[in-house]
Amino acid sequence: MSEPIIEVSGISKRYRLGQVGMTSLRDDLQRLGGWLGGRRAATVEDAKRDFWALRDVSFAVAPGEVLGVIGRNGAGKSTLLKILSRITEPTAGEIRLRGRIGSLLEVGTGFHPELSGRDNIFLNGSILGMRKREIAAKFDEIVAFAEVGDFIDTPVKRYSSGMYVRLAFAIAAHLEPEILIVDEVLAVGDAQFQRKCIGRMQEISRGHGRTVLFVSHSMPTIQRLCQRCVVLEKGQLKGVFPVEEAIEQYNRNIGPSALDLDVSASPRELGAAGDEARILRVRSVSERGLLFGEPFAVELTLQVNKPFDALMAGFSLNTIDGQRVMTLDSDADRQTWKLAPGRYVVTLRLPRLPVSPGRYYIAASIGQGRYLSDLLVGVGLWEIQPGPRDAESDRGFGGCRLVAETGIRPA
Amino acid sequence: MSDSPPLPPAVTIRPTRAWVALDWRSLVAYRDLIGLLVQRDFTARYKQTVLGPLWYILNPFLTTIVFTVVFSRIMGLPTDGTPPMLFYLCGMLGWSYFSNVLGATANSLAGNAGLFSKVYFPRLVPPLAATLSNLLALLVQLATFLLFYSQQLLSGAPGEVAAPGWRWLLFPLLAVHMAFLGLGVGLVLSALTAKYRDLQHIQGFLIQMWLYATPVIYPYSRIPADWRWVAALNPMTAVVEATRWMFLGTGAVPAGTYALSLVVTAGLLAVGLVVYERAARTFVDTV
Repeated sequence: MSEPIIEVSGISKRYRLGQVGMTSLRDDLQRLGGWLGGRRAATVEDAKRDFWALRDVSFAVAPGEVLGVIGRNGAGKSTLLKILSRITEPTAGEIRLRGRIGSLLEVGTGFHPELSGRDNIFLNGSILGMRKREIAAKFDEIVAFAEVGDFIDTPVKRYSSGMYVRLAFAIAAHLEPEILIVDEVLAVGDAQFQRKCIGRMQEISRGHGRTVLFVSHSMPTIQRLCQRCVVLEKGQLKGVFPVEEAIEQYNRNIGPSALDLDVSASPRELGAAGDEARILRVRSVSERGLLFGEPFAVELTLQVNKPFDALMAGFSLNTIDGQRVMTLDSDADRQTWKLAPGRYVVTLRLPRLPVSPGRYYIAASIGQGRYLSDLLVGVGLWEIQPGPRDAESDRGFGGCRLVAETGIRPA
Repeated sequence: MSDSPPLPPAVTIRPTRAWVALDWRSLVAYRDLIGLLVQRDFTARYKQTVLGPLWYILNPFLTTIVFTVVFSRIMGLPTDGTPPMLFYLCGMLGWSYFSNVLGATANSLAGNAGLFSKVYFPRLVPPLAATLSNLLALLVQLATFLLFYSQQLLSGAPGEVAAPGWRWLLFPLLAVHMAFLGLGVGLVLSALTAKYRDLQHIQGFLIQMWLYATPVIYPYSRIPADWRWVAALNPMTAVVEATRWMFLGTGAVPAGTYALSLVVTAGLLAVGLVVYERAARTFVDTV
């Protein structure tokens, strides 16, 4: 085997909790005052606030390989990618890269709304590390891939969100670095464009012999693109496995969680999530447990911090691969609530749980209109058991099995 | 691609322990980005404004008129025997570029937080681009000044303004001095602002105070002799006076004062580069 193009050895990254966010002059002055007053800040207290996002992670990547990186939320995937793409520094350890690195952590970064698509292709391309003449050489290809056609000289603020995302991905997908880092960007656009993106990723690695590091929660995509996978768990390396084994590891490591979850401190999916209204607890109150075909009820305990005119709450079940199989939104039938600040318990009920037996990630959200105040994804893994009323529910069909109004007549 | 660039040398990522870790090589590699950011500033800044690039001329021009009316006509401040319009235009010529660069770079970290947390490029690129893109305003300002200067030279009393001379050729060097000073202070401020957001509110005030502490609206000769040493500590004093000395032949900066200004500028720039680089390294962890 040739020399590895990426060599990660003993990488660790520590975050200081509590210090994350805004530090103000006042805090530092207080700290200085305490220090001058002889009260040396307790080191035990400091150690408790340390959080190791990555701990002693080592692996190597061969040139031309498409390596997947998988792990649950908070496993350290994003931190690893941020260190690899030099956005932040590791606390300890070393990485050797033998090639230019291009990272694609979020499409459309650095787009300027007032500039035309043409100007933004050049600007964005050079932010991503391309030289001007490289971009010029690829310009037509990028425009064709993005399918923006005549709009290329229109300011991007007039673009539809679909066009915006397509253009952004097209630029990034035509980068020519030896190492490309991709984080879930394939979750953009419509299904057809997603297929095109995946095709392009395969082309980059196979046709052009480039190395790709790919992070995703979508196991089918990982399976299609990668040969090997790095599996991370709570900041530590579980190992580097062939893709099938890695996915198995990933799924096996997850046991079903309790049916009553305190989620008040769980990581949120949105930047400022939970400030205006927050989900504190998710609890299944189905009388006989989670049984297919039996009554189902889930309670969300909410802390509402500002008045809402039309608050809605939602709950969903998703497969381990990340496919949504069931959505329960309180406003699916226009049911919203006008609420003053305070604590509330929302109940969502179904007379029969239609989802096939199996393990599902739960997600919950609250919000108003199209704006979500809080969003929790994959905070728990619930297992649905076959129900007593339907002995055939373990036939292995996925998705939902609904009770149809049936009829039969001789043809 | 036939002319694919040669494979770059291996890059090592590890925690930086050195005090100074300026990566000049990568700045050179990203020179196209600097150029495009400068270009973006030109095109985006005045898009959808009625007067467009005319604002480059109007801004210093209107300020000069206000100064002339308030400080010369109403308050009767002397202008070293130079026509007031020309005196203020020249003072602003020495001041504006510095203050523009300072204002544009002082928020380089906090203002680019979204970009910096998503993609890597040398963190010095945005402040350098801002420094360069303000050059256009300086050139327009210079042209405006020269227009008034030649009008005064042709129509005014003989000897009222000095004739053009070799000193004019020194102006580019002075512009570099202004750029370095503005950039140095701007970098220090952006490193501090990244940590203490409170400082964002002080920037405008600081620039205003600095303007009054610098002989822009009054001549250096009006500073009492026993206060001159204080004025000498302000590196902009020498810069603004040197501008007048070059173009108008009035005002004189002692060589020692100018040398001190150079030393202070070099010091501020060095400190700025170091603290900015240090702050930028782990800045994204705290936003």
